[in-house]
Amino acid sequence: MGKIDTRVWLVVIAATLFACLAYVPAIIREGDLGFAVSDVFLYEAMINGLLLGGVLALLSLGLNLIFGVVDVVWICYAEIVMLGMYGIYYLHSVYGVPLLLAMPAGILLTALIGYAVHHLVIRHLLDSAPINQLLATGGLLFFFQSVATLAFGIDFRNLGVSLGSFPLTEDIYISWSRLAAFIVAAGCVIFLYLFLTRTFMGTAIRAISQDREIMTLMGAAQGRLYLISSAIGGGLAGLAACLLVLQYDVHPFVGLSFGPITFMICVLGGLGNMVGGFIAAFILSELIALGGYHFDLEWGYVFAFAFFIAMMFVRPEGIMGRRS
Amino acid sequence: MNGLVLPIVFAALLAVAALIGIPSYPLHIMIVILIWSFTYTGWSLMGRFGLVSLGHGAFMGLGAYATALLWNYAGMTPWLGIPIALALAALLAVIVGYPCFKFRITGHYFALVTLALTEVVRQTVIATRDHTGGSLGFTPTPKGNDETPGYIALQFEDKETWFLIVVFVWLVGLLIWRAVDRSMVRNALDAISEDEDSAAAAGINVTWEKLKITVLSAVMTAFGGAMYVQYQLFVAPDTVSGIGISLQIVFAVVAGGVFTQFGPTFGAIITLLLAEILRIYIGTDAVGLDNAIYGVALVLFIVFLPKGILGSIEDAVRRRIDRPERGKAATVSDL
Repeated sequence: MGKIDTRVWLVVIAATLFACLAYVPAIIREGDLGFAVSDVFLYEAMINGLLLGGVLALLSLGLNLIFGVVDVVWICYAEIVMLGMYGIYYLHSVYGVPLLLAMPAGILLTALIGYAVHHLVIRHLLDSAPINQLLATGGLLFFFQSVATLAFGIDFRNLGVSLGSFPLTEDIYISWSRLAAFIVAAGCVIFLYLFLTRTFMGTAIRAISQDREIMTLMGAAQGRLYLISSAIGGGLAGLAACLLVLQYDVHPFVGLSFGPITFMICVLGGLGNMVGGFIAAFILSELIALGGYHFDLEWGYVFAFAFFIAMMFVRPEGIMGRRS
Repeated sequence: MNGLVLPIVFAALLAVAALIGIPSYPLHIMIVILIWSFTYTGWSLMGRFGLVSLGHGAFMGLGAYATALLWNYAGMTPWLGIPIALALAALLAVIVGYPCFKFRITGHYFALVTLALTEVVRQTVIATRDHTGGSLGFTPTPKGNDETPGYIALQFEDKETWFLIVVFVWLVGLLIWRAVDRSMVRNALDAISEDEDSAAAAGINVTWEKLKITVLSAVMTAFGGAMYVQYQLFVAPDTVSGIGISLQIVFAVVAGGVFTQFGPTFGAIITLLLAEILRIYIGTDAVGLDNAIYGVALVLFIVFLPKGILGSIEDAVRRRIDRPERGKAATVSDL
């Protein structure tokens, strides 16, 4: 009961904060509540925040899976997304592969990278201090970034494919690619949930994430399950890359712009907790969107990160996490 | 004596070398290495106790930007600006560090919270672009040719002056390292890094001990940032803050060795020399090659040499020295 109560309180506080952030700056600026409430562009910003949340949720999904199972934070996760974006860009724009073929190929590529990262690096560090694992993937972050710089140069590259947008009302337009990202993210959460709860492999993965030693004794092939989870996590990075490449330019440092926010989402949701991560993605994306609407996009990020730091002190185990 | 003579001898040798005359370019490289060594030493004070912060970019950025902004907009001499910047860094360290330690945020959670901190500073600098120049960077106003003397603006044309300053700063950094190494704080923090609950049960004030070392480390890093901006006369958010610079700090220290006095300096030497050598011999075609090598090296170090290059060498030497004594029962002094 106590646990539920704190969660209810958190929702109430979050909703209040959200309303304050949404309306107070507008009221101060216009001096009129009516105007703030009927501000169309404010609602457009909110909807865009919601759609951004979909992309961020998808990004955090793979990272959460890997953390939940292997218990390692891949700092280089956003860089794998970046490599996937390059893969799709090159296949489509340079080699002329149709987009619908290039995208699965990109997913396959990142799944292989995920497999390789675990097989070549993480496997040897399973017994090291968590912080060493984190730093090793930090090394991979440097490596992926510079390999991309060496191979592709630092130019911004654009796929040149636009899905366009459609009008929701007279004034609010919604971009198809953002909506697609949102829908795919939601679909992925459901799909992953079904995979983890309804299949033998999924059950094994959940079991090993609960107790590594015992499951190994009971005959689960730990190494194989880790590799599969890492490959799925990498594949999810590729899926995120498919959706991001439609919206953003690719360059070697693109990972830095959404990497940190992805970790924050995972930690805020409770590392390894996918539902928590999904909710956290929308909280942070709305903060970014509203901060960006009222002030500046960077201020939106400052709010989001500051909110994250503050939340860590209130609920270090994450909004949906269990206190151990 | 240990850890006292060697740094002073090195510093004296370096100072003499500078006075005899070193060409400008090597001198520049050495100044940069020494400034970074100081910063890395500041980080290693925390890192050696398992307090792996990815947020030192925040303190470095704060030190650099606060000093430069106070000089440009308030006309305040760095002699006053730097202490204010250091005080701000200490304050920031307390604001973030106190709850972190109070609520027992450790390991990779601590790393990720501090990572958020460094991003906060980077994004704030970019967001306040009207004053800080945003991503394009910021240049402290050069002192007028005759109005302000160099020692008030803390800007010197000749590299020799800078070199002597940073050698002194570097020496102070090593002596701080030694002081911490020999203090009770070190014993307390070693105990905490082994087992926090047991340490608390043994009567150690965990929060307070961690906070002390964090503030010291943050202040040193901020001072490194201030030195950096005063010497380079240019600062950009990505060169002092953000995830990239935080990882660079960690990497250099891990490569050199977290647990030894000269480890961070050694890390600074190999990382900066590698970048310079690649830049000179391969040129701009290989932009990014140094980071690719760093990345692979960082992974290899963590897998094979967690104590760093210098740390491993020292261990090997010590083992060789200790070998004849093996078999003797351990005495109290060995513990």
